[in-house]
Amino acid sequence: MSDTESPGFGIYVYGITRDLPGEALKDVKGVSGAPVLLMEQDGLIALGSRVSLSEFGEAALRENLEDIEWLESTARAHHAVVDAALERAATVPLGLVTVYRNEERVRKALRERREEFVGALDRITGRTEWGVKVYADVKRPESASAPAGKEAPSRPGTSYLQRRLVQRNTAEEERRKVLAVAEYIHCQLCDLAVATRLHRPQDPQLSGEQGWMLLNAAYLVDDARVEEFHDAVAHLTRLHPDVRVRLTGPWAPYSFAAEEEPEEEEAWTGP
Amino acid sequence: MSEPPGREMSGYGGYGRGAPQSRRSEPANLADILERVLDKGIVIAGDIQVNLLDIELLTIKLRLVIVSVDKAKEMGINWWENDPTLSTGHRDMVEENRRLRERVADLEAGTEEYPEEVEEEYYEEDRRE
Repeated sequence: MSDTESPGFGIYVYGITRDLPGEALKDVKGVSGAPVLLMEQDGLIALGSRVSLSEFGEAALRENLEDIEWLESTARAHHAVVDAALERAATVPLGLVTVYRNEERVRKALRERREEFVGALDRITGRTEWGVKVYADVKRPESASAPAGKEAPSRPGTSYLQRRLVQRNTAEEERRKVLAVAEYIHCQLCDLAVATRLHRPQDPQLSGEQGWMLLNAAYLVDDARVEEFHDAVAHLTRLHPDVRVRLTGPWAPYSFAAEEEPEEEEAWTGP
Repeated sequence: MSEPPGREMSGYGGYGRGAPQSRRSEPANLADILERVLDKGIVIAGDIQVNLLDIELLTIKLRLVIVSVDKAKEMGINWWENDPTLSTGHRDMVEENRRLRERVADLEAGTEEYPEEVEEEYYEEDRRE
């Protein structure tokens, strides 16, 4: 494999899998459009591709990662490779821009971290990650419009304050209501998942969503319960027209790949 | 924006039991992908050392998180703060690991004396756990 060891090039690793036929990803392109390499070591397979260090070296990366367009195309390529592998076999995704000097270094990592990778693969085999986000178009307090025709002309100041108070309480009430709905939805879905993770709310600029994001959660679901999970999401969506529910997936189990995860589960898997 | 609730749910009926991966619900948006590939997955140190935490402080925090977090807090949404992977403790640990990795690398390269405080910090960690 001397062509993977030329100076000026490194190996980008997307994820770890096993039981993947050698030809399975021959049509899939990685970052920079490079073909995907399968590097096998004792039954574990690292999915990688050759990258130029002029783009993926340390100094270049520091600069490139600040470039949102570069970041987007790299993230999408990373995701596409992991996704293609996931369609064929359980795959543990690695974090973005994991780059090794050559194939031998990749194999060394597979040998040294074998236990961790096998553990992660065992945890996620037969399961997929699903994302559920809940939004509401709750009025912001400052944008609530004044109810007309309730003026008390003799005491305009008091009337104004009362009006503001009513507006604030109404908005507050509305927010409490949709938050409770989001929490209820989360609790219901937790019961169908083997594990869950809560992500931070997303910026509307990136997500293209204008409403308030009330919930941004990931659920690890057994294959046998995926249908049930989908039905539950659809049911909860119909049940709560005051919020919008968006389901994404199946994802490679990004949110459940790391080793230290199990201890967190208790707090969020619900009653 | 003004999509009716549940629009994305159409087309889910066809999932076969044994093949949940065979169909994708919708093209993943950038925010969904970034929050996963940057923050999640197994993080291992390759040969090229790049600190995604630094990157997160700049690109990601600015573009992905800060606006929403402040607004969310205003609304009383703060449950991600209870997720250990997102809380400061975890960040500290990641940062600590990164620092230790660098020191190990320096030690192996023979460019740094062994700093005593590292050992002390570790014992403190142990006591806290």
